[in-house]
Order: sequence, then structure tokens, then C-alpha cells
Amino acid sequence: MKQSVLRTTFIISLLSLFLAACSSSPSTTSTGSNTGAVSNGDVTTGSVSGDGVNGGAIDASGDVETVFYFEFDKAILRPEALAALRIHAQRLIANPVSVRLEGHADERGTREYNMALGERRGAAVKEFLMLQGVNGSGLEVISYGEERPAAMASSESAWAQNRRVEIR
Amino acid sequence: MFKPIYTRIGRLAFAFLLGLVLVAQAHAELTIEITSGADNPTQIAVAPIRLGSTADVDLSAIISEDLRRSGLFEAMPRANMLSHPATVKDVYFRDWRIIGMEYLVVGKAATQSDGRSQITFSLLEVPSERTVFTHRVQGSGNELRDVAHYISDKVFEAITGIRGAFSTRLAYVTANPEGGALVYRLMVSDSDGARERLMLKSKEPIMSPNWSPDGKELVYVSFETGRPAIFRQKLSGAKREQLTNFRGLNGAPAWSPDGKQLAIVLSKDGNPEIYLYSLLTRSFTRLTRHFSIDTEPNWTPDGDAVVFTSDRGGSPQIYKLTIATGKLQRLTFSGSYNARPRLAADGRTLVMVHRNKGVFHIASQDLVTGDLRILTSTRLDESPTVAPNGAMLLYATKAGGKGVLAAVSIDAGVKYILPSRLGDVREPAWSPFLR
Repeated sequence: MKQSVLRTTFIISLLSLFLAACSSSPSTTSTGSNTGAVSNGDVTTGSVSGDGVNGGAIDASGDVETVFYFEFDKAILRPEALAALRIHAQRLIANPVSVRLEGHADERGTREYNMALGERRGAAVKEFLMLQGVNGSGLEVISYGEERPAAMASSESAWAQNRRVEIR
Repeated sequence: MFKPIYTRIGRLAFAFLLGLVLVAQAHAELTIEITSGADNPTQIAVAPIRLGSTADVDLSAIISEDLRRSGLFEAMPRANMLSHPATVKDVYFRDWRIIGMEYLVVGKAATQSDGRSQITFSLLEVPSERTVFTHRVQGSGNELRDVAHYISDKVFEAITGIRGAFSTRLAYVTANPEGGALVYRLMVSDSDGARERLMLKSKEPIMSPNWSPDGKELVYVSFETGRPAIFRQKLSGAKREQLTNFRGLNGAPAWSPDGKQLAIVLSKDGNPEIYLYSLLTRSFTRLTRHFSIDTEPNWTPDGDAVVFTSDRGGSPQIYKLTIATGKLQRLTFSGSYNARPRLAADGRTLVMVHRNKGVFHIASQDLVTGDLRILTSTRLDESPTVAPNGAMLLYATKAGGKGVLAAVSIDAGVKYILPSRLGDVREPAWSPFLR
């Protein structure tokens, strides 16, 4: 009981820390949105390019979080991610389009090991969606390791933003 | 040309003056700051080697800088030389003895009938007034930097007994924001960072360059298809080929010493495993079978085994797998993060990324005694690559918020950072010997 309260408090403080980091630092935010713009460009020119509908379907769910964060060296979903992932699952069951689950790591550690870690994170999201009944053949995990940071700095808050899976 | 900063106390005053002189001369293409040098570097002077009127290559400056960058030599600035001999018979040993030189290099260029330069060069031992050797080398135009590195190799080997590795190349990746997006480049340069050449430019990440054993090709990972895939590319011409196209990871290619196969990482069967890919038959052979992460393979010099990173024991550690027998051996036990192994050519010195008190350093481990030693004092260190002569290693680290390449001698005595003209540099790969 006491533990779960502590845990909730911890999660809330983490969340607020994260939100604070997002809102207090305009330079970080702009870096993030720049990176986001690049990735969208890549998706349209890459092998997913045929799926115009795909991009639309995800964008239409703009009210639901599409980026999910992880602890250092961990690939375990945070409890606060689950509600949004359930909504993604329901939408994918109703409208089975293929999506990319792009896994990322922070810059600490080696690059190829971080590729494996990013894949593990993507796989955790894929597994959760499949447990909700989504057909796994439409879910492709692609790891970018530490190669595509959302925030460029070498700080705890940048690292926290970079350990993520993006649903696209 | 360079701006040395010596930290050794004994010669601080002299070094300060030397620094001033060299800064005044500098018209740098690359500034290398030696933050730590050998305790007792050999004193050497490389007399100016005069080329024909059109050549703008300063051979003796390149040679001096090569030797200085090894950390084992202190190269005398030209301005302090009392005479500029070009041949052995021009040398007055007294001029070099009174300023404490131990060795002197002289060279004279002559133009051949085909227009190329022929350089006759000699290494002299000052105290004994002995000519150690006299050699000849030819070259012109673009080859003149190769000529300088050739002379450096010969001098280095004659004095240290270690084969020189100045006539080698580096491959590395740069990533720089252009128009709001990161642009990735695979580059190749000489071992001193000069003559940088673009091999591949992409808006998608490029990773893990690795040399063929003949030094004529690279393998690497490119995301240009929207997924990571392994490519092979020749240095000459633009010929390149995509080798893998599996779902999941296609990564960490390592060319075998016999040139016939690659060790690679694929996660097509569910999680990252080490495979062999035959360049002859184009077939894949799975080497590891474990639900954990297995990645970052590298070959033992005899080609009988691969060393790799695995977290099968609960944390990333380095293992060795003998291919013929399937025998698996854990190599690292010190610390909770040891990854990306590279073996020196002696097969005995293992270098790796090692986490100590939360900080990522480069460490070496003697595979015979088991002794582990942290070599670097920088933070966020990764991607160690050993020179083919085993004397130095390069690695990637962060300085001033960007990725830079740094060097450390295998005994940790010599340390310096290679500042980059382009922004963020990472993943150095030192070529094998090229001749």
C-alpha cells in the first residue's frame, strides 16, 4: 500500500519533471519539433510511402499520445503509457493499418547495443498491442538506437526525452 | 600547423615558448592538442625537405607532426634549427648535439625524367654521429602526403622497433544539422585527418563503418531505405551494394581477417543474434542462440573466433565464441557494463567501452593476465578502434557538447583530441596496414 503510494508519487513527480522540462526550455522543444519534422519527411520518402491512409489514421488520433518513454537501460512500459496504448490498440483493431514502432535510446553506452535496446523498447510496445488483440503483422519495430535524438543535450532531461518509442 | 600543449612539468617553460612560436606559424588545417605525452619523448629534428617550385606540400612538417602525434617524440620547430642540411654530408652534428637532439632526419628531392619527385632521405643518430639508414621514395602531386607518411613510418620503426601506422586511413561518421535536419556523412581521411573524402551523404543515419582486411572497401549500416541495412562500398569509384534487408536489426558488420565473410547482427528471429554472412555464397549462418542481446561482434586476428557483447548474464559483458567448436567463454568480469570489444593485432589486448561509477570510459584488458585498465579520462566514451600496429587507439567522445575523436596510447601515457572542422564526429574505424 505504502509502496504503491510512493510509486504513484514518484511517477507523478517524474511526469511533472518531464512536463517542466518540456515547457521550460524553448530550445529543447524546437529541437524536438525539428527532429519530428525530419522523421515525417523520412517516412514519406521511405518504404512506408505508399500508405497515405496510414499517416492520416495516426494523425486523426492526434488527441492520443504517440510517444512513450522508458527508464535508463530498461524496456518496461510505464503504467501511465497503458491507457493511451489501449486506445491505439482499439483503433488498430477497428482500422488495421500498418504502423512503425520506432524505438530509441539515449546516448549513453555503445551505439549497436543501443540499437538492440531501442528494438527491445519497440518490441515491448508491439507485445502490449498484440496482447490487446492487434494483428502483429501490421506492427513493424524499427530501432534507431541513439542515432535520432529528440533532444540534443547531454543532460538527464534530454536523455529522458530520448529513451522512447514513437508510433508512426 | 599545430599548437601543442604539454603538461609535463619539467619542460613547461620551454614548451610555453615553443607553443608561442608554433601558434605564430599556424595556418592550420587540423589542430591537435596533446593533453598528455610520454614521460621522456625522443628528441628529433626533421630538416626541411625542399621540393620543386610548384609543390605546396611541406614534407618535413607532416613528418614532424606524425612523430609528435605518436606521443613518443618531441619534434623540433624549424625556427630553432641552426642549419638546414639536405644530405648526410651537409650535416654538422655539433649543430644538433648542442640543442639536445637525439635523432635527425634529412632529405633531398630530385625531379625524375617523368616529372615525379624522388626523395632521398636519411635518419641520423646524433650522439653517435651514425647514419641509421638512407632510403629513396618517389611521388608527385597528390602522392606527396603519402611520401611524407612513408618517411614517418620508416623513421618510427627504426627508432621504436614498432611498425609505423602513419600510412593508414580513418573512416568515421559525421552528423550535422542542415536546414533543421541532421545530415549524416561517411568520411574517409588519412590517419592524420588530412585529405578527408566523402563516401556517403544521407538524411538517414549511417553507422558502424568497418574496413575490409585489404583496406579497399568499407561495410556499414545505412538507414536510407527507412530501415537499417548493411552496405558494402569500394573506396575507389562509387560502387556500392546492399547486402541485407531483413526485418529488425541489420547491424554491426565486422569483416573477417580472410576477407571472405562478415560477422553481423540480425534480429529477424526475434532478438539480436550474431550471424556469419558469406560474401562468396551469400548465405547466413547463425552463431548465437539466446533470448538476450548479442551484438557488436569482432574477430580474433586468427579468424577462429568472434568476441561480442551480450547481456545474457544480466549486464552487458564480453564473450568469446570459437566458431569451429561452439565453445563460449565470458571474458570480462570487472564492472557492470563492458561492451563493443575490439582486439589489437596481438590478439591479447582487448579494448572496450567500460562503465566505471556511472561514467563511460575506454578500458583495455590483457587476456592473458586478466588485468583491466581504464585508459581514458574523458566521459561518454565509445567506439574504440586500435591502430594496426597496436600502439594507439582512437575513440569517440564528447567535448563542448559535440562529438569529437580522441586518441590514447595503449599504455595510456599519450592522450589527445582531434578537433573536427565539421561538427559532430563519431564512430572512428582505423584501417588495416595498406601496404
